[in-house]
Amino acid sequence: MDTVALLIIEVLNGISSLALTCAGLAIIFGMMRVINFAHGEFMMLGGYTTVVATNAGVNIWISMLILSPLVVGIIGILSERLLIRFFYGRLVDTLIATWGLSLLLIGIVTAIFGNYITGVSAPLGNFALGQYQLSVYRLVLIGLAVLLFVGIYLVFTRTRLGLIARGTMQNPDQAAALGISPPRVYMITFGIGAALTGLAGGLLAPISQIIPTVGFTYVAQAFITVITGGTGAVTGTIIASGIFGTVRQLVTYETTPIIGGVVLLIVAVVVLRLLPQGITGKIFRRSL
Amino acid sequence: MKISLDLKSWNTHGLIFVGVLMLALLLAGPEVFDLFVLLKVILFISTAMLALSMAFIWGFGGILCFGQSAFFGLGAYAYAIGVINIGESTVPILLSVLIPAGFAILLGYFMFYGRLSDIYLAVVTLAVTLIFYAFIRSTSGEEYVIGNARLMGFNGISSIPVFNWPGFPNSPLWPDDIFYVAMTLLILVYFSLRILLRSHFGRVIVAIRENETRAEYLGYDVRFYKMIAFSIGAGVAGLAGCLFVSFNNFINPDVFALGLAAQIIMWVLIGGVGTLVGPMLGSLALQMLYNWLGTQSFVSFLNTYLVFGAIIIFFVLAVPQGLQPTARLLALRFLPFTRSPEEAEEAARARQGSGDD
Repeated sequence: MDTVALLIIEVLNGISSLALTCAGLAIIFGMMRVINFAHGEFMMLGGYTTVVATNAGVNIWISMLILSPLVVGIIGILSERLLIRFFYGRLVDTLIATWGLSLLLIGIVTAIFGNYITGVSAPLGNFALGQYQLSVYRLVLIGLAVLLFVGIYLVFTRTRLGLIARGTMQNPDQAAALGISPPRVYMITFGIGAALTGLAGGLLAPISQIIPTVGFTYVAQAFITVITGGTGAVTGTIIASGIFGTVRQLVTYETTPIIGGVVLLIVAVVVLRLLPQGITGKIFRRSL
Repeated sequence: MKISLDLKSWNTHGLIFVGVLMLALLLAGPEVFDLFVLLKVILFISTAMLALSMAFIWGFGGILCFGQSAFFGLGAYAYAIGVINIGESTVPILLSVLIPAGFAILLGYFMFYGRLSDIYLAVVTLAVTLIFYAFIRSTSGEEYVIGNARLMGFNGISSIPVFNWPGFPNSPLWPDDIFYVAMTLLILVYFSLRILLRSHFGRVIVAIRENETRAEYLGYDVRFYKMIAFSIGAGVAGLAGCLFVSFNNFINPDVFALGLAAQIIMWVLIGGVGTLVGPMLGSLALQMLYNWLGTQSFVSFLNTYLVFGAIIIFFVLAVPQGLQPTARLLALRFLPFTRSPEEAEEAARARQGSGDD
């Protein structure tokens, strides 16, 4: 009985950390169609912000929930202004340019902090589940992931800002004709996506090891998940995270995390072979 | 197979020029270079061949593969494991081509028949490389053995036998001979790719790059052509990996790491997408830069990620065409050839579609 409960929590954990990893990308890539290969590095920067701020004496919740998104959001807007905006509409060039950005960010962080593993310990301590010890923080993380996606959904469907953003993504010329400046909308949306990515990096920092190259472990899984999600970026990402998170966690439980990652990829490739448009391309078509 | 060859065309002149240059290097190599330099040159030949494979599938097939290093590493490991088990290098060399090519067919089936577009393709190939990296790194245990070869995880496989004369396992090749073999293979691969590109198959590949939908309307099975082109590129990359091992006697999972994957893209980007010679020179230039950076103490805070990232961003912003097309355009514009610059530019523009050197 305890084992089953443990497994359920593990699976929910797998889903929520995957969903957190994908949240920013769902907006930047899923909605804006901007391929940001520096996504993993934005997470890495979020993680470093939390680690550095916490070790400097800032409350860990403030560093995770406020500082990480703030810092990465600013870096995101800077990247958009200085680099990415020149490549809108040119997919392959964006891919290469953001990959250059990703290497550059790794290089800068390595130059500043060195190529060492850092981290912070998770707050809130443990609780006992039968014979197992579980971290309370992992439960909080599940709740935060749910809150985050509800928040994104509400912002993009219920607010004026979300309406403008969605309209601009659909038809920039029409939006411009209605007096909205598409470049500004792109900049702000990219900034929000980057901030969410930073937030995810910060939130996952206590349960992962942070090194400058940690982004690589996130980027492939995040892209695969958002791509498999399909055109309805938010709903699709949630569904895809649900499937892949479950598969990865169950396989990992039986074998090793590496095989878990391999199986995730294989499942994704097969799903994309069957549903080339992604999950929301075929079903849930009218979702966001 | 009809191959068009116009002796008066500049493309043919360029091809002859490249051929003469490579032959000269082949014949003069061991005379001109001492042993240390010769070994370095063998390494450069291996990376040049890797660059060639990427130049082919990206520049002509229009397939942006982020995991070309996976095929390179696969070829390297195939040779290493094969030669340790068999004790003779002829079959392992073939394996180092066939295994990556076969794997590319399998992967290509899912990607091209699933009609994944550019981005998805890039992500899937990148993920495949990273999975190889993670997997091979985790194989340091005793239980990961293929025949007599232990995979050794992140420590890598060492003391791998070098090439031997076919059929004579006990007479290994000297560095001079390895140079001859490597250079000959590079020349063969280069000209085979050139001939391939002038054949019907090559024309179709370029047509698909130019306009996939139109090629499909003309009745070509785009998925099949792309898969085969991808597999040819993988085979060439595997051969490069095999040369790399024979030079090094050593292989570790770092060939699957992102550093190499990034470098391959940079070679082609710097040399020029849609050319074959440019990327080879690009690989040479970057390898030399890399070596030079390693010897400079004043740049100790610079690391390879920083430098490579900056180079990629610079080129994609400032010289998106790459060096070879830019140089050719400048040459056509300013050098006193028989044609007027306007005519020459016109011809250059017309040639860009076929992308010949």
